[in-house]
Amino acid sequence: MASRQVAIGSSVGLHARPASMFVQAATATGVTVTIAKDGGNPVDARSILGVMAMGAKNGDVVTLTAEGDGADAALDSLVALLERDLDAE
Amino acid sequence: MSELRRLLTGIGVSPGTAVGPLVIVSPPPLAPADEAPTTDPEAAAVKVRETLAAVAAGLTAKAAVADAHAKPILEAGAMMASDPGLAIAIDGKLQAGKGITNAVTAAVEEYCAMFESLGGYMAERVTDLKDVRDRTVARLLGQPEPGVPELSEPSILAAHDLAPAETATLNVETCLGIITAAGGPTSHTAILAAQLGIPAVVQAAGILEVPLSTIVAFDGGVGEIIVDPTDDDKVQLAERKARRAKALAGGTGKGATKDGHPVALLVNIGTADDARKAAVKDVEGVGLFRSEFLFLDRETAPTVAEQTATYIEVFEAFGDRRVVIRTLDAGADKPLAFADLGHEDNPALGRRGIRLGAIRTDLLDDQLEALAAAYKATGADVRVMAPMIATRQEARWFAEKVRAVGLPKVGVMIEVPAAALRAFDVLSEVDFASLGTNDLGQYTMAADRMQGELATLLDPWQPALLDIIAYACDGGARTGHPVGVCGEAGGDPALALVLVGMGSPACRWHRARFPAVRTALSLHDLVRCQQMAAAARAAQGPVEAKRIVLEMADKILLDLL
Repeated sequence: MASRQVAIGSSVGLHARPASMFVQAATATGVTVTIAKDGGNPVDARSILGVMAMGAKNGDVVTLTAEGDGADAALDSLVALLERDLDAE
Repeated sequence: MSELRRLLTGIGVSPGTAVGPLVIVSPPPLAPADEAPTTDPEAAAVKVRETLAAVAAGLTAKAAVADAHAKPILEAGAMMASDPGLAIAIDGKLQAGKGITNAVTAAVEEYCAMFESLGGYMAERVTDLKDVRDRTVARLLGQPEPGVPELSEPSILAAHDLAPAETATLNVETCLGIITAAGGPTSHTAILAAQLGIPAVVQAAGILEVPLSTIVAFDGGVGEIIVDPTDDDKVQLAERKARRAKALAGGTGKGATKDGHPVALLVNIGTADDARKAAVKDVEGVGLFRSEFLFLDRETAPTVAEQTATYIEVFEAFGDRRVVIRTLDAGADKPLAFADLGHEDNPALGRRGIRLGAIRTDLLDDQLEALAAAYKATGADVRVMAPMIATRQEARWFAEKVRAVGLPKVGVMIEVPAAALRAFDVLSEVDFASLGTNDLGQYTMAADRMQGELATLLDPWQPALLDIIAYACDGGARTGHPVGVCGEAGGDPALALVLVGMGSPACRWHRARFPAVRTALSLHDLVRCQQMAAAARAAQGPVEAKRIVLEMADKILLDLL
């Protein structure tokens, strides 16, 4: 199982447009990815409602996990996405 | 045909006449309480997924042709409907034996509760999520998705009430008029219809029982609706329309009573775009620039530089004409992601307006700094006022802040009865005041503006509201500082005469009402307006008050309503 930790780079946190961009990217990888905020329960990264309900703010560290073929590549691309200030783009 | 002819009455909220076939906007169906429990959760889960996919596809198709305002709302809905987490949550409810539509409703309810507890931006998404629920439940019940249907020909829309999202996507080309069974004169539907210039009537009991496609004729000024009109009805309505057009044709230029007493005709705007559109029209300036439009729907507060640029744009559009700007009026019912003070049980009575400004002085200070910079850059006739002032101390606190940054004129909104009753004290601290009749009515009558059933209490002709307005005007007069009028009351030509009679030197309302009010003023002298004000206040109720004033008025006024 592959796992990565990343601090949310988006200045508004992980909701609104940044959350949709993340969910779309996670769905596009075709790999089952979960996302969890420190100590919280992991949620399906393809679930916009689950991701928004986490309430991850700017600077919060989240853990991404995935299994199977392409797991590492998928996580690397998602980490790169979350590090950016998506709202400013 | 003619034996079916019948009359319905409501409250006219947007003048103009319309004749056309009726299209009924059905309310969203609820999950039936007596629904059969789920016995085959696997089959139900498949059906739920198919239905959610159909809802998502429908929203995506709508988003593809929507304007920039509606597009993100529809796209967000499509994404929610495609959410695998939502489908799994519904599975859980199905396995527990809930009926299929009740399972959808219960799962959505859990997400709504979660979002509401997060507050701010998240709480606003509850509306989108409930829309997805309504569409899904309707499809599962074999009914069409709720909302405004595609209009294949110009039609009159009838609904219980229209949600803001529904009115935002209205097509002005095909919507001849709007009739709602609920709603009130200050509801979203009423305000939006008046802005778009679409005739509208609210509180029209019985309209939803009229069969689809029936021809309906109505007058959005007086609130009269004729179902299955005769040819005579149509001719009369057309004649009325022509008389109105004729009465309005002459009016241009500055507003004044028949004997030359000036009454400033001012518009309300929310954005720089509004300002550019309004400035080219025959108006004397801006009576209310609602600055919160700069702040709403944003994740972070606009910077001083960004605000300054917008204010300069607005001031330049109006040249040497006055621009009255209201500082940020947000609070618990209009939550801002960056200034969320948390849940309040009673937002209309909570920390809104200047009360929020006093807690988040950083927001107010930034706004005043930007206004001062824009004023220095343009030398415009800028007048800054605060929302929700209740006491003299609040007025003084605000006035000191405004004067400290070098802005020339400071005022307050009078929308809290306390400020109206103590107008002499409050106006002693500032240069002017503006009556916000919608909120003043709500607080005077203890009746929620958004509660359509309370429309009678919220009628701006209520003698108690007229009394309290008169009190505010008298207090202002004793200080020598003017008290203008904001709010829908200023848009009723007959009521405008009453307000002028009480001593209000300026009215602002939406542009669509301008010609009618300008003509009404030109037909009556100040003494007559004062007599009307006294007669209206002597009346025992709103209907009587308006009737007496109309009896005293020039007959041409009847065609302006």
